Amino acid sequence: MNNRPSYLRRKITNYTMMGLCGLATVIAIGVLLLVVGYTLANGISFFNLEFVTQTARPLGEPGGGMRNEILGTMVLVGLATLFGLPVSLLAGAYLSEFGGGRVGTAVRLVADVLAGVPSVVIGIFVYVLVVVPMGTFSALSGGIALAIIMLPVIARTTEEMMKLVPTTHREAALALGIRRWRTIVSVVMPGALVGIVTGSMLALARIAGETAPLIFTALGNRFGFSGLNQPIAALPIQIWRYAVSPYNTWHEQAWAASFLLVMLVLIISVLVRWFTSRLNH
Amino acid sequence: MTRALLEKQLQEIQDEVLELGGMVERAILGSIETLKKQDLEMAQLIITEDVAINQKRFHIEERCIQLMATQQPVASDLRQIVAMIHIIVDLERMADHAEGIAKITLLIGKEPLIKPLIDIPRMAQKGVEMLRRSLEAFTQRNVEAAKGISEEDDEVDALYDQVYRELLVLMLQDPRIIQRATYLIWVAHNLERIADRVTNICERVVFTATGHMVEMNVSKY
Amino acid sequence: MEDGQDAKIVVDGLNAWYGSVQALRDVSLTILDRKVTAVIGPSGCGKSTFIRCLNRMHEVAPHTRVQGKVTLDGQDIYAPGVDPVTIRRRVGMVFQRPNPFPTMSIFDNVAAGLKLGGLAPKAYLADIVEKALRQAALWDEVKYMLKRNGTALSGGQQQRLCIARALAVEPEVLLMDEPCSALDPITTLAIEELLQELSREYTIIIVTHNMQQAARVSDKAAFLFMGEDRTGFLVEYGDTKEIFTNPKDPRTEGYITGRFG
Repeated sequence: MNNRPSYLRRKITNYTMMGLCGLATVIAIGVLLLVVGYTLANGISFFNLEFVTQTARPLGEPGGGMRNEILGTMVLVGLATLFGLPVSLLAGAYLSEFGGGRVGTAVRLVADVLAGVPSVVIGIFVYVLVVVPMGTFSALSGGIALAIIMLPVIARTTEEMMKLVPTTHREAALALGIRRWRTIVSVVMPGALVGIVTGSMLALARIAGETAPLIFTALGNRFGFSGLNQPIAALPIQIWRYAVSPYNTWHEQAWAASFLLVMLVLIISVLVRWFTSRLNH
Repeated sequence: MTRALLEKQLQEIQDEVLELGGMVERAILGSIETLKKQDLEMAQLIITEDVAINQKRFHIEERCIQLMATQQPVASDLRQIVAMIHIIVDLERMADHAEGIAKITLLIGKEPLIKPLIDIPRMAQKGVEMLRRSLEAFTQRNVEAAKGISEEDDEVDALYDQVYRELLVLMLQDPRIIQRATYLIWVAHNLERIADRVTNICERVVFTATGHMVEMNVSKY
Repeated sequence: MEDGQDAKIVVDGLNAWYGSVQALRDVSLTILDRKVTAVIGPSGCGKSTFIRCLNRMHEVAPHTRVQGKVTLDGQDIYAPGVDPVTIRRRVGMVFQRPNPFPTMSIFDNVAAGLKLGGLAPKAYLADIVEKALRQAALWDEVKYMLKRNGTALSGGQQQRLCIARALAVEPEVLLMDEPCSALDPITTLAIEELLQELSREYTIIIVTHNMQQAARVSDKAAFLFMGEDRTGFLVEYGDTKEIFTNPKDPRTEGYITGRFG
């Protein structure tokens, strides 16, 4: 049997393809490990309690931290969630439950295009629409920019997750004489909750690290939080500022901040994992 | 409890079979009674009542068929239904024998009986008693009882023998009574056939209980 | 017996479409009150579509259309201004596969129709849930685990849970769309027994592709068939006993004897 040529060829093809797949996996994971590892290795040595609790010191003075920037990022992400999440969920629900027609197709297309728009363009868009009329860079505009980035991601995830809820559950509810909106809110959405939460948290992780749109909106602020209509500090902006500076101490701070951001993404990912596994059992 | 509907309907049909059995018993005993009393009206009545027995039989058969079509009985349930279909045929034939006796009563008419009836009513009593017990054995799926009852057919056969011989002697003594004596032999023969049919019911008892088809006590007549 | 002969649902000239495809043509029959009516026929002959027209669930799917008259206790359920929600509360439905709401407890599943339908008399909710579970012959099995998730039950239990859920809103008619097709034979028989019990209080219409099941459980049977154009139509409707021992139409005979279809 083994001496049949076609069999041998198939065997060779099989091993070759499996080898290539393995190689591709190694490359993908290798790059990830390299990035994360390098960041962690460099960042952890400069990361300490002071980094989280202290504000920045003048150039040349050792120590200090990024308390303002951490706070700023939290405020921005919070604002983005506040603006973006309800709209995204409603849009997702609309697409899933009523999105069969032309309007649905149009909304879906817009969402997909929006998801593909470079974040810097969104920054400029918000700059023109919010920052210019307001006359100032602000936390508010930063939050709006991040919310817009979030919107298509969560809306499409919500849609997909709600579509995964079997039609039979909707029909069961409708056949009980439950109204459409109540069915969506109380049967379909809870059924898709795990997926929606996962999608939302991953979207949060993504916008927490966005830099480009913030440059045109939140701007950054060396001082503490001074109101939603004022510029606000953010970790990614500060990393960028420090990283392009010529000073070693600033580089160290940038590494520590990068470490913090990577950890943040990591923690959110782990939380998502934990959450989904808990809800699925 | 599962299959409650099937169980309920089986029970109902079985009860109807017992009812039919009761009707047949009354027909047999009634026919002998009419013969004894030479009651021609009552004989006529028995003949008309046979129609009701036939209808009852068809009714039960139809129910059995519907039950098979709708409930898909298998194993002991199926055997019970098939047995019941056979039993009602036997019962209906027994009733025909009773009707036959009533018709003979009409043929004899008001002419006096050639001898007092002693063994013939005894045959009827025995046959009816066997019938009643065979149906009871059927409801209890009592194989032993069924076998015992079929053995008792010999007693009826013996009575028949006796009646037959007795009547032959009478006919030899007085050829003028040959016709009336022959009528009585027919009556005895009808009763003998009834007892034979009881052994058929006993065979169905064994079949229902065990699934085996056995031939019981082949009558010499 | 006499009161069971009243008409509950009268279907007159019913046609149904999915988009431009006609699924049912000119179906007319009368469903009797508190009887079990079986709808049989080959796959794709419109059995499910037919019963979905009886509680206005057909229109839930996109691009569907219904024409004809369906009256429930004399009321035209397709008349303008009739709220399908009120019809669905009177005509409940149990589906092919057990579909308890996975995010809800057993209790909440049964209470769902009342709670989410805005009919919840809070004080009696527990009583209603218990009654419905008892009617569905599930109470004894779940009474100590009402807080557990409905999906933790076995397939047969889940289907009885769905029956309890449908009964909790106290409908008058129960539509069942092949309720046993996902269950094993013993569980199927248990559900069939349950139907017999329920038919004392409810009018039941059951779709099944299992002819033996239709024969076992129903008082009346409707045989649907489809022509070359794949549009379903009613071939024969009558007493189940008659249909299964002496069908009038050769197509019914052919189908129930397994000769074709």
